[in-house]
Amino acid sequence: MDKIVSQYTRSPQNEFYSEQEQELTETLPPISLNFKLPPLDNPSGFLRAMTDDHSNPNCPIKLAHGTTTLAFRFQGGIIVATDSRASAGDWIASQTVKKVIPVSRLSRGEDKPTDKPTPGLLGTMAGGAADCQYWLRYLSQQCTLHEIRHKRRITVAAASKILANLTYAYKGYGLSMGTMLAGMTPQEGPALYYIDSDGTRLPGNLFCVGSGQTFAYGVLDAEYRYELTEEEALELGRRSILAATHRDAFSGGYINLYHVKEEGWVHHGFDDMNPIFWKTKLEKGEFSNVTSEL
Amino acid sequence: MEVLLGITGKDFVILAASKATMRGPTIIKAEDDKTRQLNKSTVMAFSGEAGDTVQFAEYIQANIQLYTMRNDAELSPNAVANFVRGELARSLRSRSPYMVNLLLGGMDPISQEPSLYWVDYLASLAPVPYAAHGYAQFYCLSILDKHHHPDINLEQGLKLLEMCTDELKRRLPIDYKGVLVKVISKDGVKEVDFDNNRIVTSA
Repeated sequence: MDKIVSQYTRSPQNEFYSEQEQELTETLPPISLNFKLPPLDNPSGFLRAMTDDHSNPNCPIKLAHGTTTLAFRFQGGIIVATDSRASAGDWIASQTVKKVIPVSRLSRGEDKPTDKPTPGLLGTMAGGAADCQYWLRYLSQQCTLHEIRHKRRITVAAASKILANLTYAYKGYGLSMGTMLAGMTPQEGPALYYIDSDGTRLPGNLFCVGSGQTFAYGVLDAEYRYELTEEEALELGRRSILAATHRDAFSGGYINLYHVKEEGWVHHGFDDMNPIFWKTKLEKGEFSNVTSEL
Repeated sequence: MEVLLGITGKDFVILAASKATMRGPTIIKAEDDKTRQLNKSTVMAFSGEAGDTVQFAEYIQANIQLYTMRNDAELSPNAVANFVRGELARSLRSRSPYMVNLLLGGMDPISQEPSLYWVDYLASLAPVPYAAHGYAQFYCLSILDKHHHPDINLEQGLKLLEMCTDELKRRLPIDYKGVLVKVISKDGVKEVDFDNNRIVTSA
């Protein structure tokens, strides 16, 4: 009888790994990394007092905040677009921020520009720049470990859940991030998730995040269809960011465009918004409230 | 979350104002008219502090009508706009200023040029081709930036307005109960039928 049973049940021993290795593959990443917190009763209140520009303009630490980022699913994959401005209070801290962060295997040097699509996920950055960079890098590590453990790439659903569980574990500690994860896997097809520091995690077709979100939504919602061609989708993404850089004081700089498709993501430029604005105005007659004469 | 929108075109001005009156968590009226006609060719749409809005609008309306009767002449939209701005600016430095945001739409009775003026409660006055007040600014200005042209006809103008209200229905968290639409053209002021019951699907 035991013989028959063992014939039909898989042994817990995985065929790829020794027992010891198997144990390693089953350890889950710790949800809460042990960070040093300020030695106070209410560390998050302290953080807010030190960083909240809105209620206290003289706060000693100003976090980089304003942003416009967007991502939408369409027939040909996912478009991801962002502006590039980082502001700290009234001050423009940088105009050349890369707010699209590749979340893929760490050791492949995938940030190097190539013409070929690069496999992996894309994450976007809104809210605290440091939080986004740090936690998306952490997510990269976890995705790489997943790939090594399971010998296949992580799904976007799983990756987004690692991040959402993380932000939820740190809820109330003052994290500030609004991020979108975009990727295409054989299991899911094109997948897009919104994750923020409240612990919200939502799958969806279309998201805009940041202080310029409403302006981007305005342009994007008006002409969005799932059936968009690749060219139309790229142009709509670019135009939506342009709208936000034009109207939102905390967005601007360069328009960063990505296209996620089956084989991976392709970069479609990091272009100064100013010449694009004037080209759009003068050639298409848009922005009729802005005068081009002296 | 009151909505005021204004769009000019070749030979007309459209003013749209949301129909909901809100007090705290309740909508106390769903068919409100937040516009007043000032003279034959000028209409004012208003939003802001409850009480102040209608008081101010009717004060302006009465004074413009008085001027028209005394002088037997219609003020041009530009003159009306500057008068309104002056009254707001005067009130701003008083003990209880009017907290009112305005859009003024008009056709010049002589040149037949359409014009739209954006006025806020701090008495800023700006002539603009299209305008919005309140949260509608955040959603609609980017749409109008992209789709507005100065020489559009009325049909295109109303289509543009529909794009704006569709977006507001999609993204504004509160139901503003549709908009009341007034069109100012060379034939005077008309309220037009506007389909507020369109179902808008979200992406």
